[in-house]
Amino acid sequence: MTILDPASAPVRAPRASAGFPLLRILPPVVRISRRPHRMVERQLMCYRRTWPILLSGFFEPLFYLLSIRVGLSKLVGTISVDGHVLSYAEFVAPAMMAASAMNGAVYDSTMNVFHKLKYARVYDAVLATPMTVGDVALGEIVWALIRGLLYSTAFLVTMAVLGLTSSWWILASVPICVLIGFAFAAVGMACTSYMRGWTDFEWVATVTMPLFLFSATFYPLASYGRWGWVVQLSPLYHGVALVRAANAGVVSWGIVGHVAFLLTMAFAGLWVVSRRLQFLLLK
Amino acid sequence: MTAGDEASANAGAPVAPLIHASGLRKQFGDFVAVDGIDFDVQPGEAFGFLGPNGAGKSSTMRMIGCTSPTSGGTLQLFGLDPAKDGPAIRRRLGVVPQMDSLDNELTVEENLVIYGRYFDLSRAEARRRAKDLLDFVQLTDRATSRVEPLSGGMKRRVTIARSLINQPDLLLLDEPTTGLDPQARHILWDRLYRLKQQGVTLVLTTHYMDEAEQLCDRLVVMDAGKIVAQGSPRQLIDEHATREVLELRFRAGSNAENEQYAAGVGDRHEVLPDRILVYAHNGDEALAKAIANGAQPESALVRRSTLEDVFLRLTGRTLVE
Ligand SMILES: Nc1ncnc2c1ncn2[C@@H]1O[C@H](COP(=O)(O)OP(=O)(O)OP(=O)(O)O)[C@@H](O)[C@H]1O
Ligand SMILES: [Mg+2]
Repeated sequence: MTILDPASAPVRAPRASAGFPLLRILPPVVRISRRPHRMVERQLMCYRRTWPILLSGFFEPLFYLLSIRVGLSKLVGTISVDGHVLSYAEFVAPAMMAASAMNGAVYDSTMNVFHKLKYARVYDAVLATPMTVGDVALGEIVWALIRGLLYSTAFLVTMAVLGLTSSWWILASVPICVLIGFAFAAVGMACTSYMRGWTDFEWVATVTMPLFLFSATFYPLASYGRWGWVVQLSPLYHGVALVRAANAGVVSWGIVGHVAFLLTMAFAGLWVVSRRLQFLLLK
Repeated sequence: MTAGDEASANAGAPVAPLIHASGLRKQFGDFVAVDGIDFDVQPGEAFGFLGPNGAGKSSTMRMIGCTSPTSGGTLQLFGLDPAKDGPAIRRRLGVVPQMDSLDNELTVEENLVIYGRYFDLSRAEARRRAKDLLDFVQLTDRATSRVEPLSGGMKRRVTIARSLINQPDLLLLDEPTTGLDPQARHILWDRLYRLKQQGVTLVLTTHYMDEAEQLCDRLVVMDAGKIVAQGSPRQLIDEHATREVLELRFRAGSNAENEQYAAGVGDRHEVLPDRILVYAHNGDEALAKAIANGAQPESALVRRSTLEDVFLRLTGRTLVE
């Protein structure tokens, strides 16, 4: 029996933690995280057999975009934003892309994570190994981002094929969507950690639906009149603004504000997730 | 530095305990689940926790497994502090939790392989060990099956195989054989015994007295979060039980009225829901006295006392002196 020789048990010194002061914006459990990629590896193992499910993510953008292209565009014609004249489809497509990044991240970080946390109890076994809560939190978020990356790329390709792209800057929409996904996955997971049962998930739609409808997705910010400031509180609004700027090829200082908003949301979510997972999993 | 290095560095001096606990506590809100317990486990030992439901065994095991923070007292494993060196300690542990926590989205073999990956094994090494371990628990033919449709006993065996993937120095088993059929239990005991011979330290909880007697060099009896007795199985029997036990069975529901016949015929007696136990040095003599008292049991049995009697004596709620 060679496998049971305790003398050969692997004992490896923990890697020295990186000492960048900038990392202080990360919660402590995430800072000491060493194996988030193992969590991703587990996901890949799961999807090895069920990868066709991933394809469903490619159809969503296609249907969205077709409906705009075929229907709405004919009705609305062109639209003028900040002095630029766009076809309505060109106006809405980037918003759909941002919204789909949000939806994907929210779905992954709420339903899927809740199931693993409360029912499958996947993480209990994971934490009996050298893996830590930080690895779990970070690993799950990274996984949500990888899926987001795949879907955004698919969305972009579909947009290009349907002739809805207007600038090479649109390539920047992929990392932008990853950022949107990061923000929503982190906050989504944070909310999930407070959920007691499946009925609580009704709230997810209650929040994401108005975000989808009122984030300057279907009409420009100006048309909200004096309620414009409310719209600007929506994280999706900032995502939409970024993708739209990329599609129009307009680089402005406003971009810094949008990115800062989403990053703040992402890191705030990450802090809450880390604390809550520690509380929930290490009883 | 590992515990092994320390031991060889000061050869001759007493070996440092693998686990050291003193005044160890676990609290859930106001509820005290583990109430200041002290114990040491030496390398190579098989150490058991025995106790009724809710005694605090699993809570203790989770603290040892570094997945549950302590609420007070000291706990050290391999000379390390779980609060600071959790990952380094867990690297050397194998854990079989009370509830199987297998990954239902993966196959049996994948469960073992990904677990090996959590321990930083190379993919090839993880696969090799997974194969050997499935052989070890006799589940090779189910390697590519999903976990969900396996029987309870099979899942238990997968969990045990999984706990060995990192070749642990210390194996924590929380009721390892619950749900196993007798044959599988005996096979597991044999496997655990072999691991012990290879120098693996075992810490287990159990409700099965024969399991404790077979496997444990030393055990503690826990009740309501406290340690109420400790020693080797033999010591505990000698200290807390008589040499023999007389078991009297009466018509269902008539134990209370028949208790009078058992009183005083041995050192002490105990009324259980289904029978009356009389603890005596000589069981046959006690039976003769009981019958002389007028007892008319439906059946009577004289046997040597076991750990079960110790357990009942120390934790039994029906104890009558
Ligand atoms: N997460 C928790 N939150 C609150 N109370 C808990 C928690 N875990 C355990 N307890 C309580 O602590 C006590 C000890 O539980 P524990 O699981 O350690 O008992 P045990 O000795 O393993 O019992 P059993 O033989 O039934 O497995 C019980 O009263 C239980 O209700
Ligand atoms: Mg238990």
